[in-house]
Amino acid sequence: MMNDLERTIVNGLQGGFPICERPFLAAAERLGIGEEELIEGVRGLLDQGVLSRFGPLYHAERMGGALTLAALKVPEADFEAVAEAVNAFPEVAHNYARDHALNMWFVVATDKPERCLEVIDEIEAATGLHVYNMPKLAEYFVGLRLEV
Amino acid sequence: MMNPPFDEVDRRIVGATQAGLPLTPRPYHALAERLGLEPEDVMRRLRAMCERGVIRRIGVVPNHYRLGYRANGMTVWDVPDEAVDRLGAQVGALASVSHCYRRPRQGPEWPYNLFAMVHGRTRDDVERETERIAAILGAHNR
Repeated sequence: MMNDLERTIVNGLQGGFPICERPFLAAAERLGIGEEELIEGVRGLLDQGVLSRFGPLYHAERMGGALTLAALKVPEADFEAVAEAVNAFPEVAHNYARDHALNMWFVVATDKPERCLEVIDEIEAATGLHVYNMPKLAEYFVGLRLEV
Repeated sequence: MMNPPFDEVDRRIVGATQAGLPLTPRPYHALAERLGLEPEDVMRRLRAMCERGVIRRIGVVPNHYRLGYRANGMTVWDVPDEAVDRLGAQVGALASVSHCYRRPRQGPEWPYNLFAMVHGRTRDDVERETERIAAILGAHNR
């Protein structure tokens, strides 16, 4: 179970960590705790695996990269071989089997925008399957507001 | 400069913070020292990246699985194009929704244009949140 200090950190520091000389001090004052308490609290939560990260969250496309969501309709018998072929691409992340005719879903992320379509073509060549390419057209929300 | 391009120095700062910020009282100074930059330059660049949306936010990233949010579902919806922006904003405002996007339909076998990733502690929670989305979409949900 989490203690009050840990809960305060998880709920109160999901954004807005300041950029200044003593940001832990400024954030701690806002949360009503001490600077050292905050630093050690974050360290403990990272060590326990309650936090997966602490720092800036970057927006891939705005750094000049590209990102798309793609799906395949994989014959059941070929599923593992296709998964292996798809996962061999370093640009592929978050590959999931899902319960639909489009049964394999993954993200393609590339440093350069033009590389994204090349990877899609290469996946089609490697698997012999049509890649359903679904880049975002509009973003309404990204984030997760978890209360503990 | 109003809109400085994303340059090599920015890229080095991103690389050095990919794993996170140093857990010391002056993390940006520690970062600057590691990169051979001035602390003021590092902070100015980070602020600029926040303003341009290159940085979405700075803070803790909870492991949602460890916090008990063990169920999730990718929900997809077919709503009229003229209503999707308004409805997407409403769906994205739900606390249980982590990602909400408009994406291109893929013909008759995949007519969906609105995607919302839903999280909950249990599968039932996710089903309940999915019903809330359906209620928001109402008659627009085809």
